[in-house]
Amino acid sequence: MTNEEVWKALETVKDPEIHSISIVDLGMVEQIDVRDGAVSVSLLPTFLGCPALDIIRARVEEAVKQAGASAVTVEFLRHPPWTSDRISEAGRERLKQFGIAPPPRQMPSGAWQVACPYCGAERTVMENLFGPTACRSIFYCQQCKNPFEAMKPVLVSR
Amino acid sequence: MERRDSAMSEKPIHFHPDGQEALVELLFQLADDDFLLAYRGSEWLGLAPHIEEDIAFSSISQDTMGHAAMYYQLLEDLGCGSADELAHARPASARRNAVLLERVNGPGHYLREPRYDWAFTVVRHYFYTQAKRVRLESLTKSSYAPLAEVAAKIQVELHYHLLHWHTWFVQLTNAHLEARTRMTKAIQDVAADFAGVLTLGAKGADMVRWGLIDDEKVLTERTIAALAPAFAEVGLDWPMPFGMKHGNGRNGEHTPDLDEALATLSEVYRAVPHAIW
Repeated sequence: MTNEEVWKALETVKDPEIHSISIVDLGMVEQIDVRDGAVSVSLLPTFLGCPALDIIRARVEEAVKQAGASAVTVEFLRHPPWTSDRISEAGRERLKQFGIAPPPRQMPSGAWQVACPYCGAERTVMENLFGPTACRSIFYCQQCKNPFEAMKPVLVSR
Repeated sequence: MERRDSAMSEKPIHFHPDGQEALVELLFQLADDDFLLAYRGSEWLGLAPHIEEDIAFSSISQDTMGHAAMYYQLLEDLGCGSADELAHARPASARRNAVLLERVNGPGHYLREPRYDWAFTVVRHYFYTQAKRVRLESLTKSSYAPLAEVAAKIQVELHYHLLHWHTWFVQLTNAHLEARTRMTKAIQDVAADFAGVLTLGAKGADMVRWGLIDDEKVLTERTIAALAPAFAEVGLDWPMPFGMKHGNGRNGEHTPDLDEALATLSEVYRAVPHAIW
């Protein structure tokens, strides 16, 4: 098995709660290692309380095995912390397809502004800092009148 | 399959093995604090003042439970037993959480007429989250690298918890009539036990000696400095001094509230100890 084949397999593993985006686009894959057909994958958890981590682990094992690995080890790393700027450009577009605004890249003092993933308008208001999952917030678009979710910016130094 | 991730640390561990007893004690305090408060938070599910709060609060509680799980995992890595066992099977006398965090949400019972106290909950969570932020900042410089790494990770998530509780604290206290009266009462109630959150217990000096965390006096000063602006914002007098009215949980002193909490939260675990979670 080649590294490239492993990355390809990992691209098929989607976030169980946001089906349009893969764990690669989310920036969760920190490192892969292939030795004599045995593969080890090191992942970064997004939020520690995320209940999807065990599902992701199982799906990575399955996907990489199906791609031809003789054995698969999946580890969640404590370090470095996952940050929202690890999401790829393609990932940001895929979040929008799912109706979720990508996280703002820089967080100015306290408040953050996000554009509506449906109409692109900047005239949006935060309805709830916490959404259906720890990593999302709920917004309302005053332009197209749609409620939508946004991924929280998660950055190390504030 | 072996699923531990302790070997992944790239930083060298400048931690002296003689400090392990103090380290274990500190980890139990951190784990039990988050675990019990996350449990009390989860009891609000379906009962919070409005549906947005129900969503936000359960998200925060789930995240906090995740933080506790990380500390229990560090204890497992040190050979203290499995994380599940440490969370579920230890008796009240072995718990190191502050008593403030085990206290019931209010009168009544989750299943039978819960008459929970929202003001108490907001103040308890706001005070605790400020203290936790200060503690984490210190822990990111801990001599025990795995703990420093976990602290850095939790720190970025905690920012949102703090924003949430600060909003509630200010809005309710600045509201007129009943809300302000109830918040004022809740602040007195929380302050009476808040010293129990700030203390590092009998092994505190050892924790400092081995470079695990800053001195509790320093942490207390920083926590007060973090809380003070909110009191100025709402025009309330500072509720000093903090006390330990219901006992010092760091020394294993607890209330019947903890026995009740442990009996409920470990019911499934005790029924089927070998179940896979």
